[in-house]
Amino acid sequence: MSSQKTVLQVQKSSRTRDNREYVRFSVKCRVLHACMVVSFISLAVTGMALKFSYAFWAVLIAKALGGFQAAGIIHRAAAVLMFGIFFVHLHDLYLLKKNKYGSWRNLLFGANSMIPNATDGRQAFATIKWFLGMGPKPEYGRWTYWEKFDYFAVFWGIFIIGSTGLTLWFPVLFTRFLPGAFLNIATIIHSDEALLAVGFIFTIHFFNTHLRPEKFPMDTTVFTGHMKLAELKRDKQLEYRTLIAAGTLEENLAEPQPTIVVRAIRLFAWVALMIGTVLIVSIAYAMIFVYR
Amino acid sequence: MVSFYLRLRYLWPRMMLCLALVLCDVVFMSPHSRVLAAGPGPENSDCLACHCDKQLTAKQGGKVVSRYIEEKRFKASIHGSLSCTSCHADLEGKELPHDAPLKKVNCGICHSEEQALHAKSLHGRALARGDSLAPRCSSCHGEHDIVAVKSKNSPVAPLVVPLLCGKCHREGSPVQKNGKITEHNILENYSESIHGEALLKKGLVVAANCASCHTAHSVLPPSDPASSIARGNIAATCSKCHSEIEQVHRKTINGKLWEKEAHVLPACVDCHQPHKVRKVYYEQGMADADCMRCHENEKLKSHDRRSMYVRADDVATSRHSRVACSQCHSDVNASRVRPCEAITQKVDCSKCHDAVGQQFLRSKHGESFAANKPDPNAPSCKECHGSHKVLGKHDPASPSYPTNVPTLCARCHREGEKAALRYSGTQHQITSQYSESIHGKGLLESGLTVTATCTNCHTAHGVLPASDAQSSVNSKNLSSTCGQCHRGIEMQFTNSVHSATVTKTDKQLPVCSDCHTAHGIVRADGDSFRLKIMGRCGRCHEDVAKSYFETYHGKVSQLGNSKTAQCYDCHGAHDILNVNDPNSHLSRQNVVKTCQKCHAGAGRRFAGYLTHATHHDPKKYPYLFVAFWGMTALLVGTFTVFGAHTILWIPRAFQMRREIREEEAREAEAEKNKERDHE
Repeated sequence: MSSQKTVLQVQKSSRTRDNREYVRFSVKCRVLHACMVVSFISLAVTGMALKFSYAFWAVLIAKALGGFQAAGIIHRAAAVLMFGIFFVHLHDLYLLKKNKYGSWRNLLFGANSMIPNATDGRQAFATIKWFLGMGPKPEYGRWTYWEKFDYFAVFWGIFIIGSTGLTLWFPVLFTRFLPGAFLNIATIIHSDEALLAVGFIFTIHFFNTHLRPEKFPMDTTVFTGHMKLAELKRDKQLEYRTLIAAGTLEENLAEPQPTIVVRAIRLFAWVALMIGTVLIVSIAYAMIFVYR
Repeated sequence: MVSFYLRLRYLWPRMMLCLALVLCDVVFMSPHSRVLAAGPGPENSDCLACHCDKQLTAKQGGKVVSRYIEEKRFKASIHGSLSCTSCHADLEGKELPHDAPLKKVNCGICHSEEQALHAKSLHGRALARGDSLAPRCSSCHGEHDIVAVKSKNSPVAPLVVPLLCGKCHREGSPVQKNGKITEHNILENYSESIHGEALLKKGLVVAANCASCHTAHSVLPPSDPASSIARGNIAATCSKCHSEIEQVHRKTINGKLWEKEAHVLPACVDCHQPHKVRKVYYEQGMADADCMRCHENEKLKSHDRRSMYVRADDVATSRHSRVACSQCHSDVNASRVRPCEAITQKVDCSKCHDAVGQQFLRSKHGESFAANKPDPNAPSCKECHGSHKVLGKHDPASPSYPTNVPTLCARCHREGEKAALRYSGTQHQITSQYSESIHGKGLLESGLTVTATCTNCHTAHGVLPASDAQSSVNSKNLSSTCGQCHRGIEMQFTNSVHSATVTKTDKQLPVCSDCHTAHGIVRADGDSFRLKIMGRCGRCHEDVAKSYFETYHGKVSQLGNSKTAQCYDCHGAHDILNVNDPNSHLSRQNVVKTCQKCHAGAGRRFAGYLTHATHHDPKKYPYLFVAFWGMTALLVGTFTVFGAHTILWIPRAFQMRREIREEEAREAEAEKNKERDHE
């Protein structure tokens, strides 16, 4: 049956060429996201083990990673990676501005900007109405309002968690000009903001972009960078129409990723998903049953 | 036989003095004397009529002896008030002057007790067999001039006794030459002895003279069991003056004689030669060989079937190799055929090891051993030290050698053994914990014999339960017990806030074992100790331990990182002081230095880090409280909004899923139709 299907697809592709996919994310974006996944999961696992050190699983993690010393090293290395991602992304924005948008104004306040705007407000309102059965499904552009929130949650998170993390990493340096008790406050902010980030990413973000029933079990767009045209038409109607209107759709289409790549990506994503899920369950357990 | 001439010579003055003496008699004599004198027979004056003549002599045994009696001395003598006939009873009714020599006076008429003793004595028996050298009463006490024994003029007064006895027992005298007396130079030796010197040179009349040891009348050879200087009695004789000497002797003998004469039970005189230099030892006594005649038989059994075999080798190689059997089995009676049949008591080691014995009886072991209902499991000396093969604690083969002590104690105190079973305290797996401990490893693995074994902490003989205030491991005494080795630590601890001398409180203060445990003590710089200390401090300092766990140090520790600061890294271990004390590690002056131990370059602001901060206390830590609740609000807010967003989305998402499936199905149908059309 499956071989029949493959034969069918091959015949179809050789004949019609309509299996090309829309390229939503550049290679750089994909790599950054993959790095982000690695970095974030490393930070989350090692950091949560410290935050919930009184829970049995925290000790298990520390042991599994080769002792707490190793966990600390992993945490700091992942943090460095995260800072790297942050700065590469900032550089990428600069390149985007320079090569594509021409000015910061166009980049930040154009149609494809990540900056939330009035349209997002209207779309959010319309979405709630749709959720409640009081209206049709709204049409979205390149970035929905929840994607924009995700983006800024990470942006904000990196800044807050990163800066407090640095004071905790280099306490002697920072207490040259900050009071010692600031380290206590930094600890609270660092760890609770991290809890927020971990909780958000492993539940809301996972759901919003990967686990939604219509995409279950997984939306691999962010890893492959490719999106089926049908999906583009269905989920990003405004963007699709814009592309059609501008006549630039064709130049944004590409052949699907080779099967082996897709499989590797799925494996990677599954691992990340599993780690995230287990961690979130562990955190929930620790907070509900053994919270101090 | 008295000559006629003599008769005349005595008759004459008698007639001359007769009247005067009668008068004297009436005027001066006591009524008692008068009664005595009133009997028939010659008056004293009648006797003296002749005997006051200095020339009066008589032939006795072929020798001419003076029969002069100095009236003045007779009157002054203790017998001065007696009539001559009281002693010379055979004068009664005789005409004077009497011709035949009078019989020997029998002092026993009055002094029957002394007479009886003398008769049985060496002197008396010699006299009875007619030994011309044998002394009679008068030989020592004199005849008519006897003064009270207590008088300093008496020939038997203490000061002159040596001279009196020396008359016969002088070197070269016939007695010394012909008698069977083994002692030589008695007088010379005596005069140089401590007794002789005291008596003769210093005039200390209570110093022992001949009669003090040999008695006055009952002089017997040492071989006679009844003799005051017989082996069995000599101790009693000496202790007449040296009343505590037997005890002293056992303690202070230093084993000198026992080394020389290993198998003989010594008597005073074996060391303290009777006169000065003793050359011949007493022959009577119990020799080990006598015991071994039976006990070397391997099959020898007691009536209750216990083996009575004694390996000669065991004794010979033991610490007691120079101690005679009879010194320990002291009930033996050498005069019996089987000397050991007199034994009724078990060996009492405390006869020699007195102080240890006393300590043992006060110990838990001793208490159960000596109780009215003795505990059959209670150990006595031999349970630990062995019986015949007692080896000192310095002998590696000895059960009491340091490396063997844990095994020795474990025989009863190992889990499941008799002592562990009756024990109801909190210490368990004692022996296995000990062998895993720093002390146990040092001792058993490295063979470090100065390492603490059971006995170093519990003492060897004074073992008491920790609850006993006298116990070496009682909480009051524990720091000094550990301080025997860890002196420096003890000194620090004594000045610390945990010491009862510093902190006056009703609460229980910690002692060494509260942090280090009792038997499972591990290295304090090892992970297992470092990671457990918070829990131990936290038993009392509950709040600060809890808040410690909210900080980085505590959390990291919980994950098993021992490198991070534990309680004592900041507060000090044994020298913990109040943080307000300038000498405290955490005082204003010292705190930065303390942080710098780990955080090189830390400054004063760094030390402002709140090591025990909690965000649950708004009064003490308002900023932390606000930061925590601010962050919590952010979390709750975010999750509420997006949680709701997601939950509301789910039904729509399922709806979309259905629609997409349907659409895909339609498309597939269309595709199929197209294919079919194409064909």
